[in-house]
Amino acid sequence: MDRQLILHKPFAELLAEMPFAGDFFESQGLEAPTASVKDFIDNLTDTQLEDMGIEPSEFLNNFFTFLEAVGSMTEKTSVISSLTITGGINKKGEDENFELEIKAGEIICIVGPTGSGKSRLLADIEWMAMGDTPTKRRIKINGADPDKSWRFSPEHKPVAQLSQNMNFVMDLTAREFVKIHAESRFVQNPDEKVELIIEKANELAGEKFDGDTPVTSLSGGQSRALMIADTAFLSKSPIVLIDEIENAGIDRKKALDLLVGEEKIVLMSTHDPILALMGDKRLVIKNGGVAKIIATSAKERENLEQLQELDKKLLELRNRVRTGDTLEEI
Amino acid sequence: MRFVTVSGPPSSGKTAVILKTVESLRQRGMKAGVVKFDCLYTDDDKLYEQKGIPVKKGLSGALCPDHYFVSNVSESFEWGKKQGVDILISESAGLCNRCSPHIKEILAVCVIDNLSGINTPKKIGPMLKSADVVVITKGDIVSQAEREVFASRVATVNPTASIMHVNGITGQGAFELSTLFADEKTETDTLDGKSLRFSMPSALCSYCLGEKRIGSKYQMGNVRKMDVDNG
Repeated sequence: MDRQLILHKPFAELLAEMPFAGDFFESQGLEAPTASVKDFIDNLTDTQLEDMGIEPSEFLNNFFTFLEAVGSMTEKTSVISSLTITGGINKKGEDENFELEIKAGEIICIVGPTGSGKSRLLADIEWMAMGDTPTKRRIKINGADPDKSWRFSPEHKPVAQLSQNMNFVMDLTAREFVKIHAESRFVQNPDEKVELIIEKANELAGEKFDGDTPVTSLSGGQSRALMIADTAFLSKSPIVLIDEIENAGIDRKKALDLLVGEEKIVLMSTHDPILALMGDKRLVIKNGGVAKIIATSAKERENLEQLQELDKKLLELRNRVRTGDTLEEI
Repeated sequence: MRFVTVSGPPSSGKTAVILKTVESLRQRGMKAGVVKFDCLYTDDDKLYEQKGIPVKKGLSGALCPDHYFVSNVSESFEWGKKQGVDILISESAGLCNRCSPHIKEILAVCVIDNLSGINTPKKIGPMLKSADVVVITKGDIVSQAEREVFASRVATVNPTASIMHVNGITGQGAFELSTLFADEKTETDTLDGKSLRFSMPSALCSYCLGEKRIGSKYQMGNVRKMDVDNG
């Protein structure tokens, strides 16, 4: 990036090349420059400088860093095709002794009681541990050590978390909500993306909802569906961590298919037998370490079908209760 | 001794973040002390004491809190040295969003929470804009999309900062933050002669000197008027 060129170019021309350049000025509460950025900085009054709350040199440095960061965000960044976890030690100091390669599109379940160390495992992945965390685990991306600077940059955040006790703080309609997210990612065609996400979310949700519904009025299942569709299509994070998907108001199989279809790596913390068997492998956590890795067997897959039958039956009964039917005949 | 300035809007989770980070520093074998600046009242010093962390409390009372901070920070630093701590953390709230305790060549951390609304990063001045590290808290109670939007807004306002998510309750992310606190670059002998990253809010008008009456004729010194007739 030629900083001198950017500095002297008329701002309108710069905007034509980098439409997001205006966002930086807006975020600082400043009017966009009418001539060049250089001209803008040179003509700031003392009061304006005071109000900016930042030295001009630092302001320019931030401006260029911002342009570079967003520029690299809008480029097609390298795809994460695999994540490798190399075991470290558990809380007792014993070797975990494992190496696990997870490929894009795989579902890995994480099981173990509260306090067993599930969060630490996820934190190790999130921090891209290099033997420098209490567990001494190592994480590799595409078979190589990740760049250390990724640890601190939001656009390289590897893990998107869909937790169970999630709230919406923004008071917006579903459509506006997704649009703000799309804009913050500087996606090229935000409106198209928004419609796609609302449509996909509706395929997952038990009860349909309109894009004009305020997010705060969505049911638990609907908000979950919206967040899963949103994460599948808008989140840059290649790894999605799901904390249990409750068996209500959402098609769980479709939800996982949607994420996996977008080449995400899905890590799911669950104790639900159906979800556990939908996974390719299960990591059993004990004493702060991975005690066992179970690959879902053919026999287990057969049982999954039976479990799904049972589940379907329960769902039917649930719908009958909802519509005011009696349950004397089941 | 290493020194770190931690600032952030009231109730953003500064104390919780520091408590968890100090725990992680201990596991690394580092002893930390805290100097807590506040305005009228704080109980946070007791929280630090309970954890056996050496703590000094300073209340600015009727004075501008940031002017009070900068007038006392060098003495606080000397206090920390006497306590024999490896790292001293100053905690202060940026009450008017224009305040900033950050010092050149000293690690500057701003704590800001997801619940404060997506326009908040825009509203905060040098405390956020000139920080080296921005810690975002309360991520466990909002949706993934909101976390991403918030972090992206922070990155727009301060693109050079390292942005971290820390949960003040579970401590998730505190270990990671402690790696930055423990960095040797934060080592310094004295604060005397160092310089603030940005000037403090300008003042000195008649109200600074105790004037109570309202009206133009009572106003002297550094006074700025709104343009109420236009726009």
